[in-house]
Amino acid sequence: MDEIAKEYDVIVLGTGLTECILSGVLSVKGKKVLHIDRNDHYGGEAASVNLEALFKKYGNYAKGTEPWKQYGRVNDWNIDLVPKFLMSSGELTNILVSTDVTRYLEFKQVAGSYVQQGSGSRATVAKVPSDAAEALRSPLMGIFEKRRMKNFIEWVGSFDRKDSATHKGLDINNCTMKEVYDKFGLEATTKDFIGHAMALYHDDSYLEAKGGAPEAIERIRLYGNSVARYGKSPYIYPLYGLGELPQGFARLSAIYGGTYMLNTNVDELIYEGGKAVGIKATMTGIEPEMKFETRAKMILGDPSYFPGKVKVTGHVLRAICILKHPLASTNDSDSCQLIIPQSQVGRKNDIYIACVSAAHNVCPKGYWIAIVSTIAETSANHHLELAPGLERLGRIEEQFMGSPIPLYEPLEDGTNDNIFISKSYDASSHFESTTDNVRDIYRRCAAEELVVEGLREGIQVAEE
Amino acid sequence: MADSANAPKPSSSVKLVLLGEAAVGKSSLVLRFVNNDFQENKEPTIGAAFLTQKCNLPTRTIKFEIWDTAGQERFASLAPMYYRNAQAALVVYDLTKPTSLVKAKHWVAELQRQASPGIVIALVGNKLDLTNDGAGSGAAESGDDSGDARKITTEEAKTYAEEEGLLFFETSAKTGYNVTEVFTAIANAIPETSLKSARGPGASHAAGRTEEQRVNLNGPRDPNAKEGCAC
Ligand SMILES: Cc1cc2nc3c(=O)[nH]c(=O)nc-3n(C[C@H](O)[C@H](O)[C@H](O)COP(=O)(O)OP(=O)(O)OC[C@H]3O[C@@H](n4cnc5c(N)ncnc54)[C@H](O)[C@@H]3O)c2cc1C
Ligand SMILES: Nc1nc2c(ncn2[C@@H]2O[C@H](COP(=O)(O)OP(=O)(O)OP(=O)(O)O)[C@@H](O)[C@H]2O)c(=O)[nH]1
Ligand SMILES: [Mg+2]
Repeated sequence: MDEIAKEYDVIVLGTGLTECILSGVLSVKGKKVLHIDRNDHYGGEAASVNLEALFKKYGNYAKGTEPWKQYGRVNDWNIDLVPKFLMSSGELTNILVSTDVTRYLEFKQVAGSYVQQGSGSRATVAKVPSDAAEALRSPLMGIFEKRRMKNFIEWVGSFDRKDSATHKGLDINNCTMKEVYDKFGLEATTKDFIGHAMALYHDDSYLEAKGGAPEAIERIRLYGNSVARYGKSPYIYPLYGLGELPQGFARLSAIYGGTYMLNTNVDELIYEGGKAVGIKATMTGIEPEMKFETRAKMILGDPSYFPGKVKVTGHVLRAICILKHPLASTNDSDSCQLIIPQSQVGRKNDIYIACVSAAHNVCPKGYWIAIVSTIAETSANHHLELAPGLERLGRIEEQFMGSPIPLYEPLEDGTNDNIFISKSYDASSHFESTTDNVRDIYRRCAAEELVVEGLREGIQVAEE
Repeated sequence: MADSANAPKPSSSVKLVLLGEAAVGKSSLVLRFVNNDFQENKEPTIGAAFLTQKCNLPTRTIKFEIWDTAGQERFASLAPMYYRNAQAALVVYDLTKPTSLVKAKHWVAELQRQASPGIVIALVGNKLDLTNDGAGSGAAESGDDSGDARKITTEEAKTYAEEEGLLFFETSAKTGYNVTEVFTAIANAIPETSLKSARGPGASHAAGRTEEQRVNLNGPRDPNAKEGCAC
């Protein structure tokens, strides 16, 4: 067994995506990193697990039975615990490319991005129009509204925050997005799918936010640019599941000298003068167990390693469902996202359905994995909250739904105690908030902005 | 290879992973194979993430994508990504160090349990130059004139390799003895059926699947940057 150093620049606890990106980046920047996880696998909350592990995690089977055996080889399943897609022109893609982590991963397009209009038996599911031509063909709008939508999309494409000639006479930096929509005369249902299925807001508070228009426009553009990149949808997804992402960044870190220890419990944080200066830990799974102590200038980690230092900000409801068919009205897509905007089903938060299949090597042929999620609005009846989403799935072979999942945030920013804690993975359908969190933590712990462009240029990697 | 210009041979990517105890010479073997170079007191591997090297056979070209462990095996923390879809594995031991063969056998068992069924495994006893029968330069050079630092006989390792159906070689990364031979033997042993056309980073992930909808994130940014080092 190799020696653990007496001191590191950074100790990172938990191998979720946020932590692994930070480890990778800090290692590339020359920091000496020790990265620990209490689990025997990478990914923490953001892992992808096989079907047996999923049954065992949720415990929804009779003792002595092995229901996973009827679904082929368990290792052919890679089921994400947190469903998300990458925006193909988004920040995570940017980081993957800049760090060359793309070398270890392969991506496929998600075949379609859909939105629901109306509810119950009168629900329509249709592709989210991403350009003017699609707007004109979309069943989501009447004939006149299509024109208005086309004008709006074209305007978003030509909008330049710095050029007031493109502002349509609006005081763009101070007006609300509602005022922008109204300028184009867009109807409520159109605003709904633009705001929720393109700008990907989870609720309607953005509509009335003063000065919020440029951000909303930027988000709609990101959607459009992401669709334009590969064609079918704005989303891409890694083969073998999202759990590959943290593994890829962990490998990047290791290549630059990061030390990795799974199966390792943190027994104690060591403080001096109110600041964290190290850890005591035990590596298990070996005989005898290995106890060690090491120091670091700072400690990063996910909320589960710092129970006294985080607060709950909400709960996510999530149901992982195994299907034997694609989602209805999605053109038999091998994968898709379907967003049910909150107002369509009388809620305050959207319902998301992320669907992937054998095309992404996450399950055997003939199966689809659909994950329905939303932010909890009640303290009971969680099934009912997800019902509009579950209704879209048709026959469900297996459903895994646990208690509401708490969302944590750190109480402090880390400058007092040298402990920098990430946020839980939120209910959003993509990784933009995860990469925001990465940037925020990096800014706090490294006291500079994270610039990923050219990160690896001019840095010599042995033998590469 | 005079004729290769007129009729391009089929070319395939093969993902090859390195396994073995620390300091047995995994990285050195690759360095020898890829750059025909050797470093006397090599740092423990930081780096050597992902090297590529072509191997020209009479009827086809094999492009090895060689994955080094990047040290993640040290605390038993190798990610499944590492061995996923590996078509070949080089399991290395140091023939002057008995524990390293024990570790090698552990990796072979692990590969047989977890890896793709068709994987080609080569067992390699490295540092042959430190032994008497070694590779031309001989043990004298190591300053040990009583001769032989060998602790694992050829017979013992060879018998084990035959039982397990492994390719077997004794090599010296230092002198280069038998190094190219290992990779050529692996290339020859890769079944034709598990091959497909090369197409860039991570190609071997995809054996046997359709290309449809697969996306290249690097796009026009830097096609094939840092790749390729022809034999
Ligand atoms: C081809 C292949 C496929 C794999 N597939 C998977 C997979 O699908 N999923 C997966 O999770 N893992 C996988 N692994 C990783 C593997 O299961 C083990 O995690 C890794 O090989 C360590 O082996 P072990 O724990 O079985 O070692 P053991 O047989 O328990 O021990 C071997 C040696 O390593 C030491 N050791 C073992 N564990 C530790 C430890 N935790 N800390 C320190 N020293 C330790 C022991 O002391 C001993 O000296 C795979 C590995 C390979 C090579
Ligand atoms: N004499 C001799 N020394 C060798 C040979 N191959 C490697 N070495 C030396 O052995 C040491 C370890 O070699 P590496 O190639 O770094 O070994 P490794 O297996 O990659 O080690 P880790 O990356 O730490 O797991 C270095 O000092 C090499 O110079 C060889 O064939 N003969
Ligand atoms: Mg090495």
